[in-house]
Formats: sequence, C-alpha cells, structure tokens
Amino acid sequence: MDLSSFLLQQIINAIFLGSIYALIALGYTMVYGIIELINFAHGELFTAGAFIGVIVLTALQQMGWVETHFVLTMIIVFAMAMAYVAVLGVAVEHVAYKPLRTSSRLSALLSALGMSIFLSNGMMLSQGVSDRPYPQVFGIEGIEFMGARITNGQIFIILLAIALMVGLQLFVHRTRLGKAMRATAQNKTMARILGIDIDQTIRITFMIGPALGAAAGVMVGLHYGAVRFDMGFIFMIKAFAAAILGGIGSIPGAMLGGLIIGSIEVMWAAFLPSAWKDVTTFTVLILVLYFKPAGLLGESSAEVRV
Amino acid sequence: MIKQELKKLVVYGFFLAIILIPMLGFKSSTFEPGRAFKTLGVFLAILVLNIVVKAIRSSKRAVSVQKTPWTERMGKQINRVPRIYSIGGLLALALAFPLFADNYMIDVGITCLIYVCLGLGLNIVVGLCGLLDLGYIAFYAVGAYTYSLLNLTFGLSFWSALPIGIVLGMIVGCIIGYPTLKMRGDYLAIVTLGFGEIVRLVLNNWDSLTAGPNGLFGMKRPSLYYPGFTEDGFEWMVYYLKSLPSLYYFILGIAILTIIGVRRLDNSRIGRAWIAIREDEVAAELSGVPTTWIKLLAYALGAAFASVAGAFFAAKLSYTNPNFFLFMESCIVLCIVVLGGVGSIPGIVVAAFVLIAAPEIFRGLENYRMLAFGAIMTTMMVLKPEGLIPASRRRRELHEDIETTSKD
Repeated sequence: MDLSSFLLQQIINAIFLGSIYALIALGYTMVYGIIELINFAHGELFTAGAFIGVIVLTALQQMGWVETHFVLTMIIVFAMAMAYVAVLGVAVEHVAYKPLRTSSRLSALLSALGMSIFLSNGMMLSQGVSDRPYPQVFGIEGIEFMGARITNGQIFIILLAIALMVGLQLFVHRTRLGKAMRATAQNKTMARILGIDIDQTIRITFMIGPALGAAAGVMVGLHYGAVRFDMGFIFMIKAFAAAILGGIGSIPGAMLGGLIIGSIEVMWAAFLPSAWKDVTTFTVLILVLYFKPAGLLGESSAEVRV
Repeated sequence: MIKQELKKLVVYGFFLAIILIPMLGFKSSTFEPGRAFKTLGVFLAILVLNIVVKAIRSSKRAVSVQKTPWTERMGKQINRVPRIYSIGGLLALALAFPLFADNYMIDVGITCLIYVCLGLGLNIVVGLCGLLDLGYIAFYAVGAYTYSLLNLTFGLSFWSALPIGIVLGMIVGCIIGYPTLKMRGDYLAIVTLGFGEIVRLVLNNWDSLTAGPNGLFGMKRPSLYYPGFTEDGFEWMVYYLKSLPSLYYFILGIAILTIIGVRRLDNSRIGRAWIAIREDEVAAELSGVPTTWIKLLAYALGAAFASVAGAFFAAKLSYTNPNFFLFMESCIVLCIVVLGGVGSIPGIVVAAFVLIAAPEIFRGLENYRMLAFGAIMTTMMVLKPEGLIPASRRRRELHEDIETTSKD
C-alpha cells in the first residue's frame, strides 16, 4: 500500500469516526443549547444504547432474521435502542435535572454526575465488567478504490449517520416543535410568555439527544464488535471536545467538530504513537476552550454569558 | 399528602421497571427474570427511600413550619457539649483506636484518613471556591509519583521529598487552573476531567520514567529521626514507620494538620474571598477581590493537600501504579464532599469515614458501592444540597427562615 492510498484509507476512517462523534456531540449541543448544562450522563446513555442494540440484535440473530430480513433487523435494532434510550433520557432529566432547575449550577452538575456514575455502575452490575461481543452482521466485503477500502458496514453507518443528522436539521428548522426548541434556547422566559411549554420542550430535547447517542452506540458496537460498560467515558470526552470545537449550542458546529476530532485522532494514530492519541484529543479540547471558547461556528453569546 | 407521594411512587416504580428490566434481565439473549428483579429491587429501594424522605419532609412542612429538622436539633444538642470535650473525646478515640483494633481495621482507618485529607483538599476547590474539579485525583497521583521517583532515583527521604511534592503539586494545580480561570462551571468540570485523564495517561505511557502500567515499587516508608547516643557520640537514628499502627498515627497527624489548616483558611480573609467568588464572581471582583489569584490559590492549595496525601499513600504501600488514579477515585472524593456538606469540615470527616468504611463493613454489597455513591450524589443534591452536617454559613444561606444559634 503506497502513501496516497494509505492516506485515503485514513481519510475514510476519519469520516467514519467523525460521523459517530458528531452524532454523540449533537446530544450534548442540543441539551446545552436548551438548559445550558452539560448532560454528564450522555456517555452512559450512549452505552445503554449500545447494550440494547446487542441484546436485540443477538435475539434477532438467533431467530435467523439477520439472513432473511436484513434491513428490517437493522431498523428494529436501531429503533429499539433509540426508543429505549429516549425514555431513559427523559427519566434522567426528571430525576436529576428537573428538581434542580432553579438551583445553582454546581448542584445541577453534581446531580448529573451522580446520575452518570449510577448509570455506568448499574450497567456494570447488570451487563458484567467484560466486553460484550456484538454479532458481526456485516462481512468484510466492501468497495475498493485506489488501494483503499471501505466496508459495507462503514458505508451503512456513515449513510445512516448523515440521514439522522439531516433529519435532525429538518426537525429543528421545519417543525413546530423544532421552532419551540429554538425559541426556548434563545430566551426561556420569553418563550414561556408566548405559550411554549418549556418542560415539554426540555423533555423532548432529552429524548432526541440521547436517542442520537444511542444510534451512535449501536454503530460503535457494530463496527468495533464489542461493547463495554465504561466505553461511554472516552466517547463522552471526545464528543464533548467535538461539541466545544464546533461551538456548543450549534448543530452544524457539532457535525464539523466531530469530523475534525475524528480526523485528528485517526491521523495521529496513523502517523504518531497511538498510545498518546487520547492525550491529543484532551489537549485539543483544552486549547480550544482557552483560545476560542465560542468554538468555530458558535455564537459569541456563549462567551458573553459568563 | 402521603397518599399523593405513594401514588407518585407507584407511577415511578412502574416507569422504572419498564425502562430497566430489559437492561437488567438480558445478559446474553436469554431473559433471566431473577437477576432482573434482584437488581431492580436495589433501584426500587433507593427510589422508595427517596420518596419516603420527601414525604416526611413535606408532611413536616405542612404540619409546622417553625419546627426545626432533626439534624438541626441534634446539632444544637451537640453544640451544648463544650467544644473542648467533644473534640478531646474524638481525639482520644482516634488515638486509642489502634489499641483495640486489629490490623485490618487499622488499615481501613488509614484509608479513611487519607480520604479525609483528600476530601478536605477538594473542599477548598469545590466547597469554598465553587469550582467543580473532576480531575482532583491527578494531584494525588503527582504527590505519589513525586515521592516514588525522588526516593527511587535520588534516595531522598520522605521528609525531603515532601516539600518538593507539595511545590510540584501546586505547580500542576496552577497549570490546570490557569487556562480554566475564565471558564464557567461546566466547561471547567470537563477540562479538569480531561486534565486528570492526561496525567493518568502520561503516567501510563511514559515507560522510561514511570515504568508504565507496571508501576513503581520499593519506596522507603516514612521515617522518623531521633537522637541516639552511640559509642562514637551523638547521632541521629532513623526509624522507619513500618507497622500499621505507626503509619496510622502518622496519617492521623497529617489529617489533624489538614483539618487545622483548612479551618484556618476557611476563617481567613482568603476563605471569605473564596466564598464570595462561589456566590457571585462578578460581585466579588467588583468588591476588590483579586479573583484570578484567589482562584489559582484555591487550586494550588487544594493540590498541595492532595499531594501530601499522595506521597503518604505511595510511602505506605511502597508501591504505586497509574490505575490507582482513575476517574472513579475523583468521583469518590467528590461524593465525600457532597455527602458531608459542601464547605463543611466536620461533615467531610464524617462522610469520609462513612463512605470508605461502610463498604468494608458490608463486604457482600461491595459491588453496589459505586452505584450507591452515584445515587447518594444525585439524591443529596436534589433533597439536601447542604449535606449531612451543613457548614453553618451555608445552612443559613439555604434556609434563611431557620434561626441558627451557633456562631460562625
């Protein structure tokens, strides 16, 4: 494999990883846009999605559906994982965020962190500490061009991620609920005066964001072939870095940030010692926060509100 | 009122069961109801407790507004005992502990005291200054590794390595603190979390210096010097604190010094500046508090306390490895601060003993430890944000209607 095809391969990997980070980052950005708090439990919701995915997929595989009704199987797996995590997200909001909406930031952050520890250990207890293997539904076959190859699984995941992001963009900009969400993000008091049900809007945000995270969780499981109870932690930090880099609160920003973080990670791992690739992501996060806290596409209001 | 709460509980329980059973029951593709219900029981128990506490509180509020809560009354009872007796009694108990405890209990006691130091150090950053630090354990690691490396490479004793460790911890604290000063609470939390992980990853990956995941071992224990008279005349003799009771007394001394130090800081001008920043940074700045320096100082001092605890930890075990400094450890320390009461020194001491010793007593429930910690954190924030033993200042802030007789 010569350098150009190697580079092309890395670009493909970067797009793939970046779209997964972008999906997770969207959950952060949406929640942050509405309530101006980080959803610390987002990484755990992502993992919960991956676990529901493996449970449903294993069951369907034993029923033989993977061979006979492949598309239907995928739809069921993703739909169940997303629906479950959406409910879980609302539960998290109800338990950890809603009672603290008027108290200090510190209290809300601590309560969310508690929720995250609780969920991650709950998953450890119920699903075990070791890796859970994911059924390999995609073979190794794929498309080859210019010496690089992209597997069918990767194509499927990238397309699905793009579809979800486009769907979200349409939802936020074309529907009444999306309009309500944007209004709430801009000015909660004003939105309430105009008759928007703030509680309901927040609930819906806590459904959509985690549901996208759950989809990303299933994708990670499908691609890497295993899930673990604590994998949400590292993905959480990277997706957060992506959300910050793109400008927190901005949906296109989260997508851009995801791609950039994914590229940095893949390129670092390809050309430099891969043991340090996580250090790089953290460093990027800190540098961005220090030099451009509003992010690439973020509104400068994020800074003003300090 | 109770009826309403009960109804809520049933609804909650139903909701919880629906969302949790798939997660709990399926480990492979086979459904195991027994497992599901066992684990669900724990979740429900936490929930019931939550609701019961809520119901009791709300019914109390309905019956008599003036009635002070039991913690308040107990606090008053405790306050009636002259301070010197209660502190003296506790101190006597702490000193006498190794006389009747076995080695295992002393070991647990040592761990508790280490966490007391860590909790008090984090209390400066989180409790007084209001900055959420999720990478606190990194400073503990800095202390541990500084002592280990200095002792192994240069043969420095505990006492000469300790100041270097403290200074290094403070420097790392400032390095972490400086870029985060402009940030608001939640950004800060993530950045400190990232920094904590960077420190751990560096320790893990820098094989030539830190021996990577294998860790360092063979450090000398803390030593005491005493004058000895030999045939050649006067000489300083070295006594290595090898037995558990001697290590216990040593960390007890460190913990007492930490308590005194944090107490003095709390009541000082700096302490008031921290609290001013916690409450309203802009107002503090306008009142002439040099917020940048005071915040950096909070990081540096918090780091210094953790560094001391870390050096002791490495010296006690004579072994250290990057996996002692996981993110979960930061969470445990944070949980101690939250449970004890943000900003409250006695609260943190009690919480450290409760949270560290309880899992040792209930060995069978060991696996549920972190689960309980997470639940405690959320529940405390929702129900009792001031903690078990609230700092008197903060109690007044949160419950302005309650008259407090204790003086600050």
